[in-house]
Parts: sequence; C-alpha cells; structure tokens
Amino acid sequence: MEKQEFTITVYTENQVGLLHRITTIFTKRKINLESLTTSESEIEGIHRFTIAVTETEEQVIKVVKQIEKQVEVLKADYYKKKEVVQQELALYKIATETLTNGIEIERIVREHNARFLTIEREFVVIEKAGYKRETKALFDELEPYGIKEFVRSGRIAVARQQFGPGKDIEALLQTNSPSI
Amino acid sequence: MASIDLQPTENKSPSHQTTITGAEAVVQALIQEGVDIAFGYPGGAIMPVYDALYDYQDRLHHVLARHEQGAIHAAQGFARASGKVGVCLATSGPGATNLITGIADAQIDSTPLVCITGQVPSHLLGSDAFQETDVIGISMPVTKWNYQVTKAEEIPLAIAKAFYIARSGRPGPVLIDITKDAQFQQLDFHYEKCTSIRSYREEPAIEIDQIEAAANAINDAKRPYVLFGQGIILAEAEQEFKAFVEQGNLPAAWTILGLSAMETSHPLNVGMLGMHGNYGPNLLTNECDVLIAVGMRFDDRVTGNLEKYAKQAKVIHLEIDPAEINKNVFAHIPIMGNAKKTLPLLTQRLQKKDRSEWLARFAECDRLEHEKVIQEELHPTKDILTMGEVIHILNEKTGGDAIIVTDVGQHQMVACRYAEFVQSKSNITSGGLGTMGFGLPAALGAALGAPDRTVVCVVGDGGLQMTIQELATVYQTQAKVKVLLLNNEFLGMVRQWQQLFFDKRYSSTEMINPDFQLLAKGFRMPTNQVTHRDQLDHALTEFIETDGAYFLEVMVGKENNVFPMIPSGSGVAEIRLD
Repeated sequence: MEKQEFTITVYTENQVGLLHRITTIFTKRKINLESLTTSESEIEGIHRFTIAVTETEEQVIKVVKQIEKQVEVLKADYYKKKEVVQQELALYKIATETLTNGIEIERIVREHNARFLTIEREFVVIEKAGYKRETKALFDELEPYGIKEFVRSGRIAVARQQFGPGKDIEALLQTNSPSI
Repeated sequence: MASIDLQPTENKSPSHQTTITGAEAVVQALIQEGVDIAFGYPGGAIMPVYDALYDYQDRLHHVLARHEQGAIHAAQGFARASGKVGVCLATSGPGATNLITGIADAQIDSTPLVCITGQVPSHLLGSDAFQETDVIGISMPVTKWNYQVTKAEEIPLAIAKAFYIARSGRPGPVLIDITKDAQFQQLDFHYEKCTSIRSYREEPAIEIDQIEAAANAINDAKRPYVLFGQGIILAEAEQEFKAFVEQGNLPAAWTILGLSAMETSHPLNVGMLGMHGNYGPNLLTNECDVLIAVGMRFDDRVTGNLEKYAKQAKVIHLEIDPAEINKNVFAHIPIMGNAKKTLPLLTQRLQKKDRSEWLARFAECDRLEHEKVIQEELHPTKDILTMGEVIHILNEKTGGDAIIVTDVGQHQMVACRYAEFVQSKSNITSGGLGTMGFGLPAALGAALGAPDRTVVCVVGDGGLQMTIQELATVYQTQAKVKVLLLNNEFLGMVRQWQQLFFDKRYSSTEMINPDFQLLAKGFRMPTNQVTHRDQLDHALTEFIETDGAYFLEVMVGKENNVFPMIPSGSGVAEIRLD
C-alpha cells in the first residue's frame, strides 16, 4: 500500500499528559508526525488534536483505533487529502529596508494574497495562509530579499461534510463522569 | 451508586472526625474497593501512605516484597489467580521505575492492576529533587491510564477511576502518582465507586448481523477451527465457551494465556498454538476453512509468518478491543463485544454437525507428535532427565488441580505443553512480554490470591536468579509456594536457538550456578534435589504433600530442546517435529 497524506482528528477531554499519550502511539510504530495542533473544538470543554501524517492507510487505521481506545479520547477519525478543507499559516520576517528599495515586495505580497501583519522601523512581518505549496512559493520569492525569520503552523483542517466528528460524541457527553 | 460516608476506625480519635489525610484516604479508598491485600515496598515519598496502613493492618494486609519488581509481579499473580484487581505500592524514583517491567507485562497480558506511587512534593516537581522521576511520562505507553494527584481532594476520584478502568473492558494496569504533600493534606472524605466515564467505552456494542453471518459461516463450514485466548478467562466465559464448542462440535486450541480456560481432558481441546505448540493445532490452521478466534490477539508467537497464516480460511474474530480487529490478521467477520455476551448469541444459532473426519485429522497429527516428540519427552529412554517427564509426574501428584505458575523459557513451554488442568485461572505465565523473573513473585501472589489451592512455581535456573530474593517474601508471608526448579545450567531457550540458528555458538548462555540447595536453606525453605530418575517420583510426592512452601530442584538435561518448533519467520505449517 502506498503512503499518502492523511489528517487525523482526535476529540478529547482536556487532560494533562494526553498529548504524550497520543504521540507515543505514533512513536511506537516509528511514524513521523508532520504537524500536530491542539485547540478547543466546537464543543465546550472538549479539545481537539489535528495531526498530519504521510502513511499507508492500513497503518493510519490501526493508529486511529489505538488512539480512540485511550480512556480520555472521545473520538478519533482520519481523512484523506480530498476529504478535508485545510490551511496552514506562515509568518515571514524581512528587513524594512528591503521595502524602501522599490515596489517588488509589495507586488509579491499582493500577488500571493498575503498581508503585512506589522511594519516596524527595522522589520516587517508578512502573513500568508494557505496550502504548504502556497506558503512555500511565497517563501521562495521572498528568499532573495533575505528572510530573517520564518515559521509555518501545523495543518488545521475541517471535514468536507456538513457535520464534524463532534456530532457523534454529543450523546457520550451526557454520560455521568467523574471530574478529574 | 450512592456515595458512602466512611466511619472513622475505632483506633482513630475523635469519632466525629470528617476530614482525614490524603494518605488515609488512599487506604480507605482501597478498602472501599474491596482490597484486602496489597504488595509493595516503602520509601520516602510514599511514607505517609505506609503510616496510614499501620492503622488498618487488620483490614488491609501489606506484603513486603524484597524488590518493587517482585511486588508488582506478585500483584499480577494475585490478579490472575483471584480475578481481582492487583494492588501495588511503591515510592518515587527507583521505586516507581522498578515497577515498569511489571506494568508493561500487565499491559500486554491485560492484567488488572492499580499501582500507587509516591512522588516528591508538588513544589519540587520538575526540579530533579531527590528520588524524583517522571513516572507519569515513563509509564504512559505501558498503562491503560495514569494520573498524577497533587491535591488530596482528588484522591477518592482518582482511585475510583483507577479501579473502574483497570477492571472494566479489556483490563489493564493503571498508575496513580501521588505527591507527598497531597498525602499529608486534609480532605473531606467520601467515596463513590466509578461506574462510567464519558470518554470511555467498556465494550463495543454487539452487532447481531455479524453474529448471524458468523453462525452461517460456521454452519456451512467443513473444517471449522477455534482458537481461544485469555479473553475467555477475563470475561469469565468458560461455561459459555464450552457450550459454544460443544454445540458446534468444534476443535479448539489455546494460546498460552488461554490455557486452563477449558479442561485439558475435554475431547474438543486439541492443544496448544504457537511456536512450541502442538503439531496439529499449528499445521491445521492452514487447512481449516473457517477460523474462529475468541479473545485472542494473533500474537506473532502464535501466527508465525503472517504471509503464510490461514490464507485459505474465512476468519471470525470475537474480541472486546476494537483496536485488535484487523491488527494482525484480517477478520472477514468481526464480532466485537464481551465474549460472555457474544458467545451465547452465537451458540444458539449453531447447528449440531458431525465433524468426525475433521476431528480425526487432529487425532492423526496428535499420534504423529506423540510418536516423534511426546513419547520420548515424557518417558525418556535415555538416562538424562527431561523437563517433560517431571511435569508428567507432577500431573499425577496434583491431579491437574494446581495453579501452575511459570517463568519464561524452555521450562515454560514444556510446562504449558504438558501440564494438565481441570479448572480455569490455573495457568499463570508471562506471555506477551516474556518477562524472566516473573515466575517466583507471581507464584507468591497467586498463593495469596487463591489460598486454598496448590500453587506450583515451575522455574528455570536463569529466571529464578532474576527475582530469587522473593524467597524471603515467601518465608515472611508463609505463602504455600512450591518452587520446582528445572535446572539445566543454561539459559536453555537462548541456547536452543544458538544451537539451531547460530551454529552452536553458545555465547553467554552457560550458567555457573550457586548451590541452590544452600540458598533455599538460607531462605529457610524445606528443600530437596533430584539428580536421578529413581528419586523423582518420591521427591514430587513429598513436594506436593508437604504442607507449605517447598523448594525442589531437578537437574535436567543440559542440552535438551523443546520441540515441535516453528522457526522464527516461518509459517505455522512449517512446524518442525525435530
């Protein structure tokens, strides 16, 4: 089976150490996490992990089942590339003086649908949301002007369907449960 | 469940007291969970709990092991023999890390344990304080759940959750780490057992469609074949399982953790699976048309090379843990759920069938294995004693009604192959992790967990020396542990592999041993040594009939091998008889 890009979503209780418990499941199979983000979900008090991996579907299925079996995990799902709407956010810091040397930077920023997040006396920060190839393309164009600092966030993604995985766990949340 | 307000004990003043210390809450919570025995080892960070235990000695007996690894294996043996949750206490740092092997063993063999470790005071967390270790982080991959308590008020809830998680669904080990300050703090104690956790499902819902599909497949099958594992024992579904195989007239073979779930003498019990299992059960895995796995997880020691495993068969997998479905072997018909509930649903849909031709295949293989292996192993013609003949005579002395606890290695395979059983929860061994040193402490725990039964610890000279210090615990507790040392003065299993696969290069496997007779005497045990066959029968009689602990050493052949054998990487049908 061929490796492909997958997005794994995990709905969990908000518990110290759960990140470690989930990542060890990948470590055990020597699977590299391309990115991992945690945030609140649409359900109050419920957190979600969004994990990007490139793996075979067979491995991903096994990993997702082992994640879902963890006590504090409410639900784990996986999606192929076409089944999610996804974004990443990138920040690029360049020297302010490169702006004064003409209109090139402004043109590049406009053409890439990026924006200036802040303009300080010594540096400016440009922000770009998009697929990795898009943030990479902007990086390549800015690179000749000297990028002082660059960061890209992990992938965030939502399912390309009317309801997210959270829909399935509403009933579970009615269950009586100790509060630690 | 209603909450229970605990009455303070008589020797505690004043009687109207409503607040207690965290340490006392730990002890009271354990008592509320029905714990009357705990295994452990004290140390700085767990001292308040030990201090609290002092007042409850009449209700909660603490077994002082000689090493934390001994304590946790004893808790495992206790759990496996009694069906209850094993409880283990240890201090922070080295105390906690010494538990890890046992926790990993319990995780892979689904043994319910609650481990309670002391931790440095919360204000010192992360400062590399004396005996500080991140036991939460270290134990995370090998626990079903773990939790660090830093406030006394969390103790009742944490312990209630721990017991519920450890014993429900697919059981497993849980660790609760409690900072020393939380043990000293006061709390208003009341205890309520945990019965549900919203993010946790004990067992998946049963799908009747799958039950029907499975029943049809079995009814249509010409050569159906059942594999059973510890899931039967953990679900206490022994009767349901027997009814199932009897109704379907289905040959059934066991994994070493499933051993004793069905009595040895049952005509449908066809024997042992896996690397050193019986010939027919392995060979015929690749001849059956429907393979029904019940409460087992297709471990690689059972399946051999998966590419050559049961490819012709339609696989039905009864399993409580959804993550086990399709993990190693694809299940055409997965039946998720608790075997105690799913088996009767399946049984009531099964037709009685004549399977004499198929069963005769197993009998045929059995004859061949007897001729090539078993006859000589149990009734040797050479002077050198075999492990098999010792177990064979042991069966006569116990009538098959003993708990056999084994360590890991050749003696383990021989004991599993030849020991006979008449009741469940009678075979205790380290299966998944293969932990040498498991046997003696697990036998101690089993003897305390099933005090009315005869407990025999079959152990090799290698494994015994890994936890031999627990003979002192046997003496202190007066547990009736009968140690049967099969001494071949080698790490026999590794030596066997060296002989077969590494050109007889016996690298670091020969053991120049201590005088085990003197050692056992030092631990104040009655002892005996057998060096010749004519001593064996009498020695085993005395071994079993002596009331209390006993140490019997039998000198067996140094270079005997365990056969049959499926060489690593081979398929089950490539099983070698010699």
